[in-house]
Amino acid sequence: MGYEISLLTFMGISIIGSLSLNLITGFCGQVSLGHVAFVGIGAYTASILTKADTPFFVALLAGMLLAGSFGVMVGLASLRVRHDFLAITTMGVNFVFLGVVRQQEWLGGELGVSSIPDPGLGKLGFLALVLGCVILVALLSLQIRRSWMGYVFEAVSGDEDTARMLGLDVSRYKLIAFALGTALAGLSGGLYAHHVRFIFPDSFAFVESITLLAMVVIGGNGSILGVIVASALLSVLPQWFQFIGDYKLLLYGSLLFIVMRFSPGGLAGLAKNIFPKSKKAFALKGNQ
Amino acid sequence: MLYLELFLQGLLQGSIYALIAVGLTLVYGLLRILHVAHAGLYTLGGYFGVLVYNSSGSLMLSGVVAMFGVGILGVIIYRLCYEAILDQPPFVPLIASIGLFIAMEELYRILFGSYGISYANPPLQQMLPLGGMYLREGEWVTILVSIILIGGLAWLSSHTRLGLAWRATVTDPQMAESFGIDPIRVRYFNFFIGSALAGTAGMIVGILNNLVEPTMGSVPSYKALAIIVLGGLGSVRGTLVAALALGVVESFGTIYLGNVLNRDAIAFVFLILVLMVRPQGMFRGI
Repeated sequence: MGYEISLLTFMGISIIGSLSLNLITGFCGQVSLGHVAFVGIGAYTASILTKADTPFFVALLAGMLLAGSFGVMVGLASLRVRHDFLAITTMGVNFVFLGVVRQQEWLGGELGVSSIPDPGLGKLGFLALVLGCVILVALLSLQIRRSWMGYVFEAVSGDEDTARMLGLDVSRYKLIAFALGTALAGLSGGLYAHHVRFIFPDSFAFVESITLLAMVVIGGNGSILGVIVASALLSVLPQWFQFIGDYKLLLYGSLLFIVMRFSPGGLAGLAKNIFPKSKKAFALKGNQ
Repeated sequence: MLYLELFLQGLLQGSIYALIAVGLTLVYGLLRILHVAHAGLYTLGGYFGVLVYNSSGSLMLSGVVAMFGVGILGVIIYRLCYEAILDQPPFVPLIASIGLFIAMEELYRILFGSYGISYANPPLQQMLPLGGMYLREGEWVTILVSIILIGGLAWLSSHTRLGLAWRATVTDPQMAESFGIDPIRVRYFNFFIGSALAGTAGMIVGILNNLVEPTMGSVPSYKALAIIVLGGLGSVRGTLVAALALGVVESFGTIYLGNVLNRDAIAFVFLILVLMVRPQGMFRGI
């Protein structure tokens, strides 16, 4: 039972991470290849604070704040560079984060931060907390999409220049998307750190950013339900693949490739093709 | 003297980066794809080189196999993988390419073992003095090969009909097609040339390190992306300068900033700084 609880918790944390990226990439159309850096900022901040006897929830919040403020900085960069240039810039952010963390003694260097205190909620309690956060983040995403802001995001994602010409304050909304998305990434980081209770630089390597982006894209960029399903699948897939041991990553890579090659709209696109009437439930965006 | 040596080491690393990144920038210029799996082809070049050399003993033959074998494989990858998803939003081919790259790395590991392969009797290892600088033969060969290949590429694109068709297609695919240029053939050609250059670079690095391992493409995979972005995405000239500049910046950076940031982080700090000043890369429009 303990294993299943731990797996479910991990799944929930992945869902929060990918939904947070979905706000930036799915809704607002800004491809980020370095999202896990913000998960890392949240994780490091929260765990160092709880190790200094800060209450868990305060530490979690601080992690979100710090990740969000760094997110605003990257958002500022997104006002300057666009499209593929932005994708590579955010990839750079991931490597710079790793490079800095690896060399800092007070962040544990290569060894990372260990013996992070238990938040004292019990395994089930922690799972409940994570699932609660998943529901809140999903509801927030839904709310955003239905709001005026959601329409602006969609306009920015569709055609930035036209959106600007229509008098929309594109810069402001991009910054909001980055601030929200990265703060939520910080939340998932804080939860992650207190779930595994041991973090080190490689937990936030570039390949993890790819995994997050893969969850969003395989789910169907922008589709909330699709992203949830895809991240639930992709986060437990490596566990299921344990039995094929050596071929785990080979299968994972091939899967990414095959889904993109044969169903570029992701799971949501696939579902739309199979059940045309469910279009509304999956709420695909126009550009798919 | 130290400065000169650091500078030369930087140029050497830069010319290897250039061989890898030129192919990537060719693909980007023509198709607007960030072709991450390119680094998988680079690794394959290393394997072709070491396997053929160890079984035949001829450096010439292994060079030819690495170049043409990888070139042809590049065309096959385009045909099977990218052709069908060209009209999708850019992150679709990007994720597909990353998936392909992960799968390729794993395939090499399963086929050739995770510890890598070394040359049985390593070629080109002698020190050779030239103008007061001591470099290994292999390092001189690297510089020479890069100059010849990239020079050849420049000649090809400016002095042959094929090159003309190529440049026309990059500038305006529809117009080029209406003048009777077959865009599909141009793409094949593009992937062949780019992949062959990457294969050659892989073989060279295999010789210089005397080791070919499954993960040797991981670092170039993202660093080459940084280089083509610095160079202005799709500009071959920009890519060359960016590759050499990055090599030199890294070589000096690791000496002077090594205890604050590692080599990769230095490369990307440089990238981000340049992009904040010139969002279109260093050389777009020059």
